Amino acid sequence: MDDTSLAILLLNLCLLCYAFGAAAGLLFSSHEKSANLFSFGCATLGSACGIIACVTVLATGTAKNQSFQLFTSLVPYLEFTVRLDPLGAFFGLIVSFLGLAISIYSFGYARGFYGRKNVGILGTFFNLLLLATTLVFFAGNAFFFLIAWEIMALTAYCLVSFEHEKAETRDAGVLFFVMSHIGTGCLIFGFLLLFQTSGGYGFDGFHALGNAMSPVKRDATFLLFLAGFGVKAGIVPLHIWLPAAHPVAPSNVSSLMSGVIIKTGIYGMTRVVFDFLGAPPNWWGVTLLAIGTISAVLGVLYALMEHDLKRLLAYHSIENIGIILMGLGASLMFLHSGHLLLASLALIAGLYHTINHAIFKALLFLGAGAILHSARTRNMEEMGGLAKRMRWTALFFLAGAVAISALPPLNGFVSEWLTYQSLLQGFGTTTSLVRLMFPISGAMLALTGALAAACFVKAFGITFLAQPRSAHAEHAHEASFTMLLGQGILTAACVFLGLFPTVFLKLFDPLTQQLTGQQISGQLSAANGLVLSNATTLGGSISMPGLTLLGLSLLAVPFVLWLLFATRAKIRRGPTWDCGLRGLTPQMEYTATGFSKPIRMIFKALFRPRREVQREYDFSSYFTTTMRFESHVEEIFQTRIYRPLNRLALRVSRRLRALQAGSIQAYLIYIFITLLLLLIFAL
Amino acid sequence: MNIEPSNILLQTILLLLVAPLVSGCIRNWKAKLQNRRGARIWQPYSDLIKFFRKDMVIPEHASWVFSFAPYVVFLTALVAGLLVPLVTTRAPLSLFGDVLALVGLLALGRFFLALGGLDPGSSFGGMGSSREMTIAAVAEPAMMLAIFTVAITAGSTDLSHIIQAAQNPAWKALNPTHVMAFAALFIVLLAETGRIPVDNPATHLELTMIHEAMLLEYSGRYLALMEWGASIKQLVLMTLLVNIFFPVGIAAASTFAMLGIGVLIYAVKLLLLAAAVVVVETVNAKLRLFRVPDLLSAAFVLGTLALLSTFLFQ
Repeated sequence: MDDTSLAILLLNLCLLCYAFGAAAGLLFSSHEKSANLFSFGCATLGSACGIIACVTVLATGTAKNQSFQLFTSLVPYLEFTVRLDPLGAFFGLIVSFLGLAISIYSFGYARGFYGRKNVGILGTFFNLLLLATTLVFFAGNAFFFLIAWEIMALTAYCLVSFEHEKAETRDAGVLFFVMSHIGTGCLIFGFLLLFQTSGGYGFDGFHALGNAMSPVKRDATFLLFLAGFGVKAGIVPLHIWLPAAHPVAPSNVSSLMSGVIIKTGIYGMTRVVFDFLGAPPNWWGVTLLAIGTISAVLGVLYALMEHDLKRLLAYHSIENIGIILMGLGASLMFLHSGHLLLASLALIAGLYHTINHAIFKALLFLGAGAILHSARTRNMEEMGGLAKRMRWTALFFLAGAVAISALPPLNGFVSEWLTYQSLLQGFGTTTSLVRLMFPISGAMLALTGALAAACFVKAFGITFLAQPRSAHAEHAHEASFTMLLGQGILTAACVFLGLFPTVFLKLFDPLTQQLTGQQISGQLSAANGLVLSNATTLGGSISMPGLTLLGLSLLAVPFVLWLLFATRAKIRRGPTWDCGLRGLTPQMEYTATGFSKPIRMIFKALFRPRREVQREYDFSSYFTTTMRFESHVEEIFQTRIYRPLNRLALRVSRRLRALQAGSIQAYLIYIFITLLLLLIFAL
Repeated sequence: MNIEPSNILLQTILLLLVAPLVSGCIRNWKAKLQNRRGARIWQPYSDLIKFFRKDMVIPEHASWVFSFAPYVVFLTALVAGLLVPLVTTRAPLSLFGDVLALVGLLALGRFFLALGGLDPGSSFGGMGSSREMTIAAVAEPAMMLAIFTVAITAGSTDLSHIIQAAQNPAWKALNPTHVMAFAALFIVLLAETGRIPVDNPATHLELTMIHEAMLLEYSGRYLALMEWGASIKQLVLMTLLVNIFFPVGIAAASTFAMLGIGVLIYAVKLLLLAAAVVVVETVNAKLRLFRVPDLLSAAFVLGTLALLSTFLFQ
């Protein structure tokens, strides 16, 4: 059996397992233990098959445009074509890998719902979501793609609304539903425009189609897809559903949504812009780079203002989508100017950050889930001291925090390094003033990275360190073994992708070959793959294994000094200095809100912070008896864009209500008039 | 390129030994300028040895992160130092990391320093961590812009290449681009090493402290590692400034004579920069916390102007 048929077989197995898992969830919905075991068991198996299938496609690189029919279709234009190509396989790898880790985690996590919620339903939708997402990446026909896309959106909606008893959850679900469908609407228009030129709906026929379209139509298609996929990816200003919907879902689902589902937007943009639309004009790249920069900075700034752990993570997804788009945008600009090597470098930077973000964000959400499970709160101000009570979770979360803050030696640093490199080298590709965008974006990326580090010092420090701030946090306990295993797998992946990027970059060769016609993993690797270089002669290189080993061997310095001076020094535990009070209480600790106050003040033009303080005192305002403090940050997009839009929509629909009088005769006349108009239009 | 263990060892020793001396000089000269006698310039060495010998008190609320942080702070500073060419034009480990890796390593150290400040549960620590991370966040873009400017003119992010490019006669040290990039980096240096007008290294137990606040609960050898790490970081940043912008006398070959001259000139340059820091610290008052971003945005603007002026002067 050759590699291609092996990949096809495994992919079929993977889809089959998900389908079985979905069925098992329904079948055992009255018996929660077996529902848990079978549905998440099937998901684990399926995603394992998916990983092998995708790695086979990427490693051999032979399966370019191998396609087969999933079912025979009875409808014209609709074909259930499953197409294996490197781009799809790369994203398939992301969904399968996260699927594996999250399914394992879910065994333990779903136990928390026993007796409260129907675990079978959770398992069913979870499997369906995995199935639909996998199909989105492998669909080879626009109709099939849209069907998978819609199933994905609907199952995601059901999962977001899983805990629908809470009003917050229902509102978030509806917002997600509406935004998601606005996006899908744009996609349908986009595909119709492509169909006009191609005359079919197969993705094979769409390849490089843009070169045959008129420029106006091509730009319109670009904008439609940018908006459609942008909603899903959560770019600013289309992001407002994301921080609402991701946190309220069960944590394994939030993890999957932030890790993979928003990446379907990135997949779509890459597919359409790099594969379908042909040689890009410069402004496409400029637009993507600008949107990416703005999303990255605003995402992290709003994340800093959050003290709900899961909302904080959700805002960071917006930031990271921005960083990914910076890579993709730069790549488009290089494609336009004909620098194919650089285009490949920037594309790799963007896509490498895609998989990195998927992994560390999933890891962090799983950690947040473990905390929610045991401390029963998402509010960081009620946590604290968890590092002693949940040792492993703390370690994994810390790894995720280091990775997402783009600190060496973990994976986030490597992909941001690649992004920096492509931006820096981009400066020389053109002589127009546009080239200033590269270093300015780079500086904004630096700002983003530093703010992200601040945010995760806050997230980790307030959640895990110092004293517990509530009784729940005080009695928190470590998560179960499967939950830790799921997080452990992702942590290992963070370390691997950080230390050995050159090994992984080999998998990008067929992908860049497909999209830019270059294979550059060899140029990016030096010294037998131990060093990642920036593919220029003058250089600039990093070696994470080298730096790590060096750091470890330099441990000899403190060790020798300890031998020389400190062997007799004793260590004892003592109270933290309390300014002469009678012991520190958790109320005296720094809070998450306090931690981010300086940043709130610096960027107050954006946040427009508002606070209310009410004091009651007996004889002097210095001796307050009770106090109430409230502080708000304005979500400028909601108040300035969406709320006015919403009001406008309501006003217009009030006017239009006159048309909908409810009499059948009137409706028949409308239909008749529409038909007439269409006939005239057709003539 | 092969890696020579002897070079690594030499540079490590140089970093370890010179860093406290620079701190000692700055402290001593500052005292002199303020009409005090001041501690000897060797005082930091005695302090470090004394700290190492002392017993340690670890706060009862602290977790393992508290004990882990000093090692990270110390080692990241040291490893970052090995990426910078000190007295020869090739850093011993330039293959292992470029200037972006250097910034990343220092950021990693800062990350753990801030966590170590939060861990004991006192509000001083939290305050220090919060301010440190805020100031770092505002300083980072300015620093990156200045570094980008240099990297773009040199055509590489590799520090050894940058310095070799800077030694090329076509590179004008007083080119406005470089002057503005230098000014931006100098302001960032003041912020990153906790100097007046951003932070006051001489304060202890004041509500204005930043770096000291995070170290408040550290004692014994952990404190020694933290202090030493901070002075190595200061040395690394100062070296970056003097060697990139004034690349005179950096030895191109490892002959004995050239190395000797290299060390001498390096020492003179460092001491001059230290003197500049001393003057700035003495003639300025500490800024209010919310005035610091203004200073750093000035650095950011300088960085942007430096970048813009590459158009004009190339």
